[in-house]
Amino acid sequence: MAFSRDEIYAKVQNVLVDALGVDDDEVTPTATLSGDLGAESIDYLDIVFRLEKAFTADPTKPFKIPRGELFPEDIETLKNDPSFVADGKITPKGTAELKKRMPYADFTEFEKDPTVDAANGLLTVNTVVNYVEAKLKAA
Amino acid sequence: MRWIWIDKFTEFTSKTSATAVKNVSLAEEHLHDLYPAFPVVPHSLIVEGMAQTAGILVGEARNFAEKVILAKIGKATFHRLVRPGETIAYAAKIEQLNEIGASIAGTVTVTSPDQPTPQKVADIELMFSHIDQNMSGMAFPEHNFVFTEQFTELLKNYRTGSSVTI
Repeated sequence: MAFSRDEIYAKVQNVLVDALGVDDDEVTPTATLSGDLGAESIDYLDIVFRLEKAFTADPTKPFKIPRGELFPEDIETLKNDPSFVADGKITPKGTAELKKRMPYADFTEFEKDPTVDAANGLLTVNTVVNYVEAKLKAA
Repeated sequence: MRWIWIDKFTEFTSKTSATAVKNVSLAEEHLHDLYPAFPVVPHSLIVEGMAQTAGILVGEARNFAEKVILAKIGKATFHRLVRPGETIAYAAKIEQLNEIGASIAGTVTVTSPDQPTPQKVADIELMFSHIDQNMSGMAFPEHNFVFTEQFTELLKNYRTGSSVTI
């Protein structure tokens, strides 16, 4: 079954409301998962499980999210690597690495001022929707 | 001492579902702590009973090799109180399980000799983490402090004392 972008967005919104206990009007396209919606470590696994369930239309073809694909797990390690971070900013090498790990994120705002804090904001509701949309298309 | 809030498994299907029961006795001190002269099982201990039932189910799925920790109570909706003389049944079902953890959907019911038809007490959703596989890469002690030798010995007693195999 093919989902439209709006249908995907609505399902992602429901998943985030259920997993994070937020109101649906808080889940806007640009809301960041950790900063705006308060997601903590175990919530990311919860979100992955709920997305897999929400987008499995046919149980014989389950929608699966491989570990680390949607939510990269070693970002904290990267932040401690001096070749990726210098003076509180992500270096060009670090940005290239982030783009590789998070191809579904929008880097436009981040690249204007690539601080470590701004890197935390790359994971938005839209990033999740982009990921699911691409994943469903590829299936 | 280990606080164990289930008495016996009545059903156990590896990697899928488990049901454990707990007989509630007026002799249990904690029943008297919530409301004076109105003994009930605290809701928090009902969540704990479900967490133990589900935690053993999740642990067994990986032969008790993982340190299984209750990481999140997604939902706990209560419909009725539990009183002395009643038997609680914790039915846990694995919704999803992977190398990082598991999600569980649980239903709690009660029966008693004068009320043999199960009555729903609560719906509980839980998340468990295999903490050595945690996403932040944090390190924990090597020995399995969740499923200790003492605990796995106790589980063997469950096995011999019950028709259910764990």
